[in-house]
Amino acid sequence: MKRVICLTVMNRPGVLNRITNLFSKRNFNIESISVGLSEHEGMSRITCVVHVEDSSASEQITKQLNKQIDVIKVTDITDQSIVARELALIKVQAVPYTRNEIYSLIEPFRASVIDVSKDSMTVQITGESDKVEAFIELIKPYGIKELARTGTTAFPRGTQRTSQQSKSYSIV
Amino acid sequence: MLQEAALTETKTETHPVTGADLLLRALEKENVEVIFGYPGGAVLPLYDKLYHSEILHVLPRHEQGGIHAAEGYARITGKPGVVIATSGPGATNIVTGLADAMMDSLPLIVFTGQVATGVIGSDAFQEADILGITTPITKYNYQVRSIEDIPRIVKEAFYIASTGRPGPVLIDIPKDIAAGISDQPEEEKEVNLPGYQPTLKPNYLQIRKLTEAVSRSKKPVILAGAGVLHGRASKELKEYAEQQQIPVIHTLLGLGGFPADHPLFIGMAGMHGCYAANMGLTECDLLINIGARFDDRLTGNLQHFAPHATVAHIDIDPAEIGKNVPTSIPIVADAKEALEQLILQDGKPPAHKEWMETILRWQEEYPYFYDKESGRLKPQKVMEMLHSKTEGNAIVVTDVGQHQMWAAQYYRFNKADRWVTSGGLGTMGFGFPASIGAQLADPEACVLAICGDGGFQMSTQELAVIQEMNLPVKIIIFNNMALGMVRQWQEIFYESRFSHSKIPVQPSFVKLAEAYGIKGYVIQSEEEAEELLDEVLHNREPVLIDFRVDPDENVYPMIAPGKGLHEMAGVKP
Repeated sequence: MKRVICLTVMNRPGVLNRITNLFSKRNFNIESISVGLSEHEGMSRITCVVHVEDSSASEQITKQLNKQIDVIKVTDITDQSIVARELALIKVQAVPYTRNEIYSLIEPFRASVIDVSKDSMTVQITGESDKVEAFIELIKPYGIKELARTGTTAFPRGTQRTSQQSKSYSIV
Repeated sequence: MLQEAALTETKTETHPVTGADLLLRALEKENVEVIFGYPGGAVLPLYDKLYHSEILHVLPRHEQGGIHAAEGYARITGKPGVVIATSGPGATNIVTGLADAMMDSLPLIVFTGQVATGVIGSDAFQEADILGITTPITKYNYQVRSIEDIPRIVKEAFYIASTGRPGPVLIDIPKDIAAGISDQPEEEKEVNLPGYQPTLKPNYLQIRKLTEAVSRSKKPVILAGAGVLHGRASKELKEYAEQQQIPVIHTLLGLGGFPADHPLFIGMAGMHGCYAANMGLTECDLLINIGARFDDRLTGNLQHFAPHATVAHIDIDPAEIGKNVPTSIPIVADAKEALEQLILQDGKPPAHKEWMETILRWQEEYPYFYDKESGRLKPQKVMEMLHSKTEGNAIVVTDVGQHQMWAAQYYRFNKADRWVTSGGLGTMGFGFPASIGAQLADPEACVLAICGDGGFQMSTQELAVIQEMNLPVKIIIFNNMALGMVRQWQEIFYESRFSHSKIPVQPSFVKLAEAYGIKGYVIQSEEEAEELLDEVLHNREPVLIDFRVDPDENVYPMIAPGKGLHEMAGVKP
């Protein structure tokens, strides 16, 4: 199962190394990891997406991360109502006669074209991983020359629904 | 420059100090008594200051020996062992010791030299990325980036190493930082680590839950691990076990936490544990784990582990709870505080007469055994003699292998902190150097360094330290001309194909000892042993005794890999 784990860490040298090291030491699989500054000075936020076998494995990840001296807070936010976004840059082959077709795909996904050259164009798309995934699949036949994804970054919504049963969703 | 220094002096009334000065002051503040260190290029500024220091410095003959000695010291005193190694090879030589201390939760403060800040990353002479190397095997590590940080870092390091679940902390000091001068006055700073706040007090509801579970149980056992020793909770463990009349089982590392001669003591459990303890864990309906981590050598195959039990687990490290065994009563706390709370509850003791009788029957029917009539010198017999002749009061330090298991089985510990062994990592070459630290920690004690002929040859160079400091360590070699435990496994699981496990070509250990000015003896029979041990165990001199024990002896009982605790082999003669 896929889990989204949010970490607040002290912004100290080597902290990212400690986190990634822990994942390999404990044999956990990371799908993506994204790091950046947080609202507090001297602290960073890390969002990890991991694949685990069961809930005890995800509990173990959370506990091991929490044990790190530089880690202030760990939350497994998978079951909360969250906003999760990923950004991807896709350089796709675009000759004049396919260009319009690609534009028509971009539109419904609310992606945007940020660079165009003679035989290619670069598309930027943000959204939940599923959406990014779907868009990449759609654009693949045209020939992807380069692809860069940031990995998911996420946090809980300002208002949490009382029932956590239904799958969280977001309106793009 | 001189003028500047003079100005600062008048302003702050302190002399400008070097990084090395600040470091030594910080160590003095932490009341460090002994440093196990080995000098080299990158730590020269530090060693220059140590020249005038009053802290005892022990020079091992290999950095690995130094860190194992520090582990022995830490295990006996409960205080962090302090180690210094130089950059590059000095630092990489202590890696095994760090991993060992991490696995067995021993507090260490390890200083490594580093090349000067300006050349870090340039593959300079004797440079190694020791932070990168040691991140997974230390509780925390630092590289000092500015001189003024030294007092804070050392203070934090001692706090981290010795609180919560203890562990090793490494501080990497570039040469220019140690040699550099600071004219800033030292500021006393409180330790501020928002990400590190160990939970010590148990949750009251869980304590209630456990107390009720005890009252209801018919077959309770306590499994006590090294957490009881680290938490200095032996007294509380005894009081609680007696109050509730719960029988106690020890892990290998926990030995001594509960008196071996106590009627409630069942024995050690695990791969070479006693029948009663392993059956106790299999049959119990309530398992109270206090400070043990359900290591695979203890549990055997997890599918067969304590199948009928409600599991309660008291541990200061929340990550250990539920890691290997599903736990229904989790208690994150210091062992001492949790036991104090449990004692205060004064719950109704369980009605478990039948259970106690069953355990007693197991103990009487399936004790440890060996062939007493073989005419050969049996290692178990040697252990029994060592136990009786030291009246169970010695500090026993072991290496890893068959002799370690025999020591655990036959040396009955009635007191805490008399047992030093490498459990989690199983480090050969650990025992002898660790005995040096143990002897320094308790100079009056009789320290037995129990080694195999294989493990001893991994650290013979430390004989020089024993000689130099005249430490009265008794080196006991269980010599079977083989890597005994490997040989045993090859005999049992690989149809006696003894692939590279026999070492018939050996030095004369006696002459080796004599080369270092230490008395050495070879013992071939029980009679000789009887006579010699009376003579040498109670004097204040180091000695090496080469016991030529039966080379075909195996350790039993034994649980084969993949089997459950109840599937022991060799429980009866």
